[in-house]
Amino acid sequence: MTKASKKRLHMVQHHERCKGCGFCILECPKEALSVSDDVNRKGYPLVKLDEEKCIVCAICHTVCPDYVFERREVA
Amino acid sequence: MAQKLIPELLVEDNKFCPGCGHGIVNRVLAEVLEELGLADKAVGSLAVGCGCLMMDTFGTDWVQAPHGRAAAVAVGVKRVRPECCVFTYQGDGDSLAIGFSETMYAAIRNENITAIIVNNGIFGMTGGQMAPTSLPGQRTTTSPKGRDAALTGQPLNIINQMKNLPVGYLARGSVDTAKEINKVKKYIRTGIETQMKGGGYSMIEILSPCPTNWKMTLQNSLDHIRSTVRATYPLGEFVKDGERTDA
Ligand SMILES: Cc1ncc(C[n+]2csc(CCOP(=O)(O)OP(=O)(O)O)c2C)c(N)n1
Ligand code: SF4
Ligand code: SF4
Ligand code: SF4
Ligand SMILES: [Mg+2]
Repeated sequence: MTKASKKRLHMVQHHERCKGCGFCILECPKEALSVSDDVNRKGYPLVKLDEEKCIVCAICHTVCPDYVFERREVA
Repeated sequence: MAQKLIPELLVEDNKFCPGCGHGIVNRVLAEVLEELGLADKAVGSLAVGCGCLMMDTFGTDWVQAPHGRAAAVAVGVKRVRPECCVFTYQGDGDSLAIGFSETMYAAIRNENITAIIVNNGIFGMTGGQMAPTSLPGQRTTTSPKGRDAALTGQPLNIINQMKNLPVGYLARGSVDTAKEINKVKKYIRTGIETQMKGGGYSMIEILSPCPTNWKMTLQNSLDHIRSTVRATYPLGEFVKDGERTDA
């Protein structure tokens, strides 16, 4: 993956859909995801994404049962 | 790298429990239908079980059948509307206990539909009773000491029941890792393509966690599928284009 392609795309999170199952944290190959202290409206702790570590592989999108992650072009 | 957006067919947030495999299967199915240009031509048939929660959240047309009979209803829809992409979406309890006959006869007649069977090894919606797919020794609310195979039989491997029939496509996947989820997507796509080219009956069974009724964390549920469930239910394609691939 080139630096340029990494810049064009990023992961967007729809935090309000998260149910806190942790599948994304288990499967992220770069340990870029962790549980934060904040919660969403359902009361589930938000998943925090470290952009420095993230390689935009979208594995989190693949495993999330609740459609939280999208890989989008940077606006 | 391409964008990966949430499919438009997922019109509402799903209503499944945290970590439920149904949510993953829903997303993959929606992606396949959209990528094949079938979103407006797809008709789903479901009966009872947690899959029924999709009627409010998954934007295809739906028909609800009596308990277990989704395949019979799907066959009727497909025969009168052959241009539609007709699929069933059922759990293991619904499709393989009370609905075993309808599930099997659709395969025996090589009906041109696609069956999706989400195998979590129990009756999930009703609180975790033993299903035909429950493993020997598996504790459920109706087998509190563990399933006694001498009394209730061995777990039902539906692909073994079907693979000698003249069917189009049979595969078994699992949602326990990203890699396997990508294979599930390939299997569902191949099953639906088989139907749309008139290739006969296609069935994709998907091993899926029910952390709520397994009374396990998601991590333990995924480990359990990888270490134990897959030994009874091996993954892969078993029939492709009407030919056994494992013979
Ligand atoms: C006629 C009838 N009998 C029994 C039930 C109760 N019931 C609801 S869901 C279900 C089985 C669900 O198990 P499964 O098909 O494996 O789906 P899951 O929820 O595990 O995904 C049963 C027996 C019902 N809804 N209707
Ligand atoms: S895109 Fe890949 S690296 Fe980034 S958070 Fe998701 S799984 Fe981790
Ligand atoms: S996989 Fe999805 S629902 Fe589960 S914790 Fe991660 S973002 Fe939340
Ligand atoms: S009861 Fe089990 S199958 Fe049903 S939604 Fe909850 S986790 Fe999923
Ligand atoms: Mg079930």
